[in-house]
Order: sequence, then C-alpha cells, then structure tokens
Amino acid sequence: MSEMMLNIAGVNKRFGGLQALTDVRIQIAKGQIYGLIGPNGAGKTTFFNVITGLYQPDTGTFELDGKAYSPSAPHKVAQAGIARTFQNIRLFGEMTALENVMVGRHVRTRQGVFGAIFRHGAARREEAAIRARAQELLDFVGIGQFGNRTARYLSYGDQRRLEIARALATEPRLLALDEPAAGMNATEKLALRELLVKIKDAGITILLIEHDVKLMMGLCDRISVLEYGKLIAEGVPAEIQKNQAVIEAYLGGAH
Amino acid sequence: MALLTFDTAHKPRQSYASMAVLLAVMLVFPFVASQFGNSWVRIIDMALLYIMLALGLNIVVGFAGLLDLGYIAFFAVGAYLTGLLASPQFAALLESVVNYSPAMGDALVALFGESIRTEGIHLSVWAIVPLAALVAALFGALLGAPTLKLRGDYLAIVTLGFGEIIRIFMNNLNDPINFTNGPQGINLIDPIRIFGVSLAGEAGSKATVFIGGVGIPSVNAYYFLFLLLCIVTIFMTSRLQHSRLGRAWVAIREDEIAAKAMGINTRNVKLLAFSMGASFGGVAGAMFAAFQGFVSPESFSLTESIAVLAMVVLGGIGHIPGVVMGGVLLAALPEVLRHVVEPAQQALFGKVIIEAEVLRQLLYGLAMVLIMLNRPAGLWPSPIKEDRPVAATDKDEKEEEAVAS
Repeated sequence: MSEMMLNIAGVNKRFGGLQALTDVRIQIAKGQIYGLIGPNGAGKTTFFNVITGLYQPDTGTFELDGKAYSPSAPHKVAQAGIARTFQNIRLFGEMTALENVMVGRHVRTRQGVFGAIFRHGAARREEAAIRARAQELLDFVGIGQFGNRTARYLSYGDQRRLEIARALATEPRLLALDEPAAGMNATEKLALRELLVKIKDAGITILLIEHDVKLMMGLCDRISVLEYGKLIAEGVPAEIQKNQAVIEAYLGGAH
Repeated sequence: MALLTFDTAHKPRQSYASMAVLLAVMLVFPFVASQFGNSWVRIIDMALLYIMLALGLNIVVGFAGLLDLGYIAFFAVGAYLTGLLASPQFAALLESVVNYSPAMGDALVALFGESIRTEGIHLSVWAIVPLAALVAALFGALLGAPTLKLRGDYLAIVTLGFGEIIRIFMNNLNDPINFTNGPQGINLIDPIRIFGVSLAGEAGSKATVFIGGVGIPSVNAYYFLFLLLCIVTIFMTSRLQHSRLGRAWVAIREDEIAAKAMGINTRNVKLLAFSMGASFGGVAGAMFAAFQGFVSPESFSLTESIAVLAMVVLGGIGHIPGVVMGGVLLAALPEVLRHVVEPAQQALFGKVIIEAEVLRQLLYGLAMVLIMLNRPAGLWPSPIKEDRPVAATDKDEKEEEAVAS
C-alpha cells in the first residue's frame, strides 16, 4: 500500500449518554480523495470535528503524514497541516473575498505588532506575498474577479469556493471538506467536482463528507461508511455500492 | 463627508489632501481659539485625550469585536501610575511602608535614594509614557485573560465588573500601604517637561510657556503634545488594522470558530487586542494626570467607560475617522453647550430656562436614539467595500415584488 497521509484509529467520543463515535478508524493514502458517507446523524461531522480539534475525543491515536499530531486545539491542527471547511458556510462575512483568503495565510506567516506598525522591509515583503498568494488561490478556485466583493454578498456557490480557497491558503497537506456540495445545483456540482480533481492534482489529499452518493462514487478513491457512530464498511466505491450493510443503512433492511 | 475622505486604499490623492487640510486646520486652531479664551483650547485638549481613548477601545470593540465596558480602568491605571511616579505621593507611600515594615522601607530608600523620603519620585515624561503603556498593557492582558471564553453580553458584564473593581481599588488602596491616597486622590502631579520646558509654564509666568522667547499659553502647549500623540495613535491603529494581526482580529469578530480553524491562536490574538487597546488608554491616562495635576477615583466611573464606548459606536465602530469624529463630538459638544447655552438664554430671555447640564443629557439621549434609528452603523461607518451597491439589490427585490403582484 502507498504511503499514509492520515492514519487515525480507536476514536471514541461520548456526549453524555450518547456514544457518538465508537472505535472509528480511517486510513487515507497520500493523494487520494477519500469519502466519508452515512445517513443523517451517523457521526460524520462529529468525526470531522474531532480530527480538526473542535471536539476533544475520549480516546484515539492521530497521525498525519507519518507524524503524530494532537487534535487538542483547532489552530494546532491547522498548523500541523489539516485545513477544513464547514457544513454551514463560515466565512468572515464583512471582509472581502481576498481578505478572507489572506486570513488563511495567518498560520504560515509571522509578522507581529512591530512589523505591523513600522512596516519594515520584511513585513512589507511578507504582506505582499500574502496578497499575491491569496489572489492566486482565488484565481485557482475560479473567483479571482471577485476579490473586492464583501464575502457575504457572494453567491452561494462562490461562497463555497471561497471557503475552499481560504482553507487552501493554510498550505494543508490534507483538505477536509464538510458537505461542500450541499445546496448546489447540478451545474455547480459538476464545477465543484472539477475543482476537487484540480486540488487533488495539485498534490493535496482530500477527505470529503457528502450526501450525494452519485457524486461520491465517481469522485472518491476510497470510501468509509458510518452508521450510528460505527464504521460499517470501507473500500473502493464499487465495493461500497454492493455492500449489504450500506444498502440497509440507507434504504432500511428487510424485516 | 464627501469633501473629506480617508480611504487611502481607493482614493489616495484625495485622502492625503484631506489629511493635509485637516492637519493645517488643527495646527492653526489653538491660536485662533485662544483669542476667545483659553477654555476653548482646554476643551479640545480633553477631546484629544478622549480620542486617544476611543481609538484604543476601537481596537478591542471595533476590530476584535470584544465588547469591553470597563475600558476606563486602563485610563485609571495610566493616570495613577503617573500620580505615583511623578508627584510627592511616593513619599506618602514610603511613610506608610515604613510604618508597616521598617525593613521594607529601608530597602526602598536604598533602591531609590534618600530623597524619596521627602520628595517622592519624579520621573520624566520619557519614562512615564512607555511605562504607562507597558503597565496598562499588562493590566489589559491580566483582565482579558479570565474573559477569553466569554462573548457579547457576558463579556460586557464581566468587563464592567473589572472596571468597577479597579475604581474601588483606587478608592481603598490607601491602607495599610498608601498607594493611591484613597478618595482624596493624588495632588501636585508634575506637569510635563519636554527638554526642560514645563508645559504648564514656570512659576510666576501666568501659565505661559516660552519656547525660544515666544510665549504661548500652557493649554496650547499641551494641545500640540496631545495632537502629536493622537496622530501617533491614529497612525499606529490604522497600521495595525491593515496588517496580519488586524485581519486576525476582524476574523475573530466575524467568526471565532472559523478563525480558530484557519490556524489563528485566538487566545493570544485576543489578549493582544486587549493589551494594545489598554496601552493607548494608559498613555492617555498618564497625559490626563499630568495635564490636570490631580487624579481621584471619581474620574474613572462607569459613566466614563460608557462615554468612550458611545464615541466608538456613535462615530462608526471599527472605522478610525468615524471614531475620531465620535470622540470630538461627544467630548467637545457638552462643553461647548456649557459655554454657549446659558449665556444665550440669558441674552434671549433674561434668565436661564434650561440648564446646560440638563440640556446636555437631553441631547445626549436624543442623539443616541436618533442615530441608532437612522444610522445604526454610526455617523461615519467604514466605506462599503462591495462594488455592487447594496441599494441596487433592494431595488431588485422591490421590482420582483412588483412583478409578482
């Protein structure tokens, strides 16, 4: 098997009386698009929040690109090289599209108060590099012409793209997308799919939560299926499609 | 607003011209105003201090979106620091220390020299300003740290409490060791001396400062110092706003969870906002103490915190020119009313019908209500970045409604 980008095992997470995740594991090889599917309430987003540091897991081992990382705080996870988007878009609404992406560069840049006030050579160069890279990423996701638009006035599909551009700005090794196609029409989904392939070709591994099974089957290299917080299947899309447990989870079994 | 613009990113030439015009007016102002009496310049001196305060608070409330109702505490810290280190107060402090523990008193005398027994400590302005900024910044981080997980109303209540705690400390920190001289306050604070020239004027000069043989009123000398500090504050805050840190602050204001997920260490960045904001408050406080020559806890009540917050909100939250305008309006207008309203009524009706103070409060309330109703983003909000005007979308909706009906 090829080299692992993400290797997570034994994740348990309990909310009071609800066991949200039971011994969930996931192994993503470098350069793959990896899908995570499951019915509503299966624990997909919970798992996402655990690996990106928003929730603290009860147990679990976490490894990114062969190195252990601790999902103890979201900014540390971003620092380690995982960037994410959100199911319900979370942009910095009053900032422009370009500024949103520039915020994404925060974690890879270092100018502080002194640099901000005196704007010495290094600070100016860094600021120019941030701006240039942000514009590049806007162009990459296809909304380069909207740099000056206030983020919350962008169209829905463009907001999704902007969120991806912002995540890419943190130079992630793994990009985690929480239902990026939610609420999109067929044309927008097709464009999104092209964008994801483009990101994959740029060498970034992608972890994808999605409801649209059709989109997932054509796009993902491998898929895991969650139900009631447990992993019920794992494999290439063709296997998943035929898997009895998965069919029952989605359509209900014969009683 | 159309004549003056400070949108350097979009209209650089126009905004630099506006700045030059404004600066010229500000430089000439005291010489004109002092023809009508020094009190007019004094009003603007205080307004300049309030502008510094409002700009500092704007970092916390405007940029980082942390509603701070105890901001005046940092003004108090700066003022009391100056009171302690630039007046005879330290002699009183030492006396109480000696009474409490002679060994500690001897150690202090050994550290600072024998003269503090009678004269206290008299630091120069060059030491006071950075020290005030530093100590206030420290207090900013100290008071910010317990509030990191709070937002909105909860944060406002806790900071309000902290602000009051500081004031009550100032009121009671005179026993067993006399730091603040309690409710009486600290008197005889040194006026500011720059290169040996006292800005209050030498004894017997009738508050006139002589620079190179030319005499100007003391209030004018302070005016130029405060103006300089204000310009420095505006410069620093606007540079901070358009930097990596400024963007991080706004990101936290807009969506804290997304900011975290983008790798911003929100704890550190928020603490930095608290301390940067506090440091400007501290410097303003130090200037206030030296300007008045006297500080007491009364000057740092909750109403002052609210007044500074009102300047920020009224002017245009997060927008530096707006905040400056808010500061000028709310700090100067009440004083102007005081000087104009009563004489005007005397002249018109032969007696005072409405006292200036009553009218001031009436207008204050009325202004608040009207502005919140008509201009909720403040009198001079940030320019809309959107290249498609917002009004156009409203129109589209109306047209759609018209088509539908």
